[in-house]
Amino acid sequence: MDTVLDTAFFVAWFEDAAKVIRLRREDLTRLDAAIGDADHGVNLDRGFTEVRKALADWPPASPVQVLVSAGTTLIRRVGGASGPLYGSAFRQMGKALEEPVTLARFAGAFEAGVVAVERLGKAAPGDKTMLDALVPASRALAQAVHEGLEPREAFERAARAAEEGTQATIPMRARKGRASYLGERSVGHEDPGAASSALIVASLVTVAGGMPDGMTDDVADGADGAGG
Amino acid sequence: MVGIVLVAHSAGLAAETAALARGIAGAEAPVAAAGGTEDGGLGTSVDLIERALASVDQGDGLVLIPDLGSSVLTARLLAEPGRVELADVPFVEGAIAAAVSAAAGAPLADVLAAAADAWTYRKVSGP
Repeated sequence: MDTVLDTAFFVAWFEDAAKVIRLRREDLTRLDAAIGDADHGVNLDRGFTEVRKALADWPPASPVQVLVSAGTTLIRRVGGASGPLYGSAFRQMGKALEEPVTLARFAGAFEAGVVAVERLGKAAPGDKTMLDALVPASRALAQAVHEGLEPREAFERAARAAEEGTQATIPMRARKGRASYLGERSVGHEDPGAASSALIVASLVTVAGGMPDGMTDDVADGADGAGG
Repeated sequence: MVGIVLVAHSAGLAAETAALARGIAGAEAPVAAAGGTEDGGLGTSVDLIERALASVDQGDGLVLIPDLGSSVLTARLLAEPGRVELADVPFVEGAIAAAVSAAAGAPLADVLAAAADAWTYRKVSGP
C-alpha cells in the first residue's frame, strides 16, 4: 500500500509554492540585495504567478504534465538565472517521473531535477547556491524512502534538510553567480537561491499535510485520483 | 551564412554590440540582438532570443553568444548541437570575430573557431 501522489497534489504544490513566494517576496529580495542584484523575490514571484496561470489555462492531465508545464513556464517567464535553473529542474523531474507517482518515484525524479541544476549551473554543494538546499533535501528524501516513511514525514525531513542547508550557506564564500564577484564579502549572508529552494520544498509538507484520506490509494489499483 | 545572436542582459548592450559587429564585418552580416527582458528590463528572454534566431536563420547554422549569468544558462538550454551552437567566448571580441567569419561565408565550425580565437587577443602584451 503506497500512497499515490496524483495530479492534484502536484498542482497544489505549485499553488502553495506560488503563494509562499508571494508572501516571502520581500525577504528573498532583501537577501538578494545583500549579495546579488535584488531581483530574486520579484523574478520568482512573476515566474510562479505565470505557472499558476498556465496550470489554470491548460489544466494538466498528469503529474508529468504539471512539472513540464511549470518548468517550461519558468524558463520562459523569469528573466533571471533562477528561471532556467528552476525550470530545468522541474522539466527534468517531469521527464524522469514514472506514474503512478509513489514516494520512491518522486524521490528519484527529484534527484534527476537536482542533477539538472548541477549540470546547467556547473555548480556543486558548497558553492553557496540553491544546490546547498536541494542536494540535502534530495538525500533526505532518498533516506526516507529507504526507511519506508509516508510522504508527509519524508517531506518534513526534506524540508528540514533544505532549511539546514540554507542556513549552512551563511558562512560560505560564493563561487557562482554575481555573489562570486564579491569574494570574501559574500561570507555572512544567506544565499537567496537556497532560501527559495527551501520554501519550495517546504510547500510539499503543507500540501501533503492537507491531503485528505481519500487520496491514499493502492498503486496496484492503478488509481490516479487526479482532480485535474 | 551562419547567423549570430548576441544575448545580453541589456537591450542596449546587445543592440550596440550587434551594430558594432555589423559595422566591422559588413552590413550584410547576419547578426541579431536579443538583449534584456521583453518589458525592457535587465535580464534574459527566451522569446526575444527565439525571434532573433529566426531573423538570422539562413539554414547554415546559428551561433549564440551570451554575456553572463542567466544569458549563458538560457543559451545553454536553447542550444541544439550542430544547428544552434553556444560560443563560449568574450562577448564583444567574440561577436566581432564570429561576424567577420560568418560574413565571409565560413561554415558553422569555422565561425565558432574564429570566435574562440578571441580568447587569445591581448591588448598590451603580445603572445
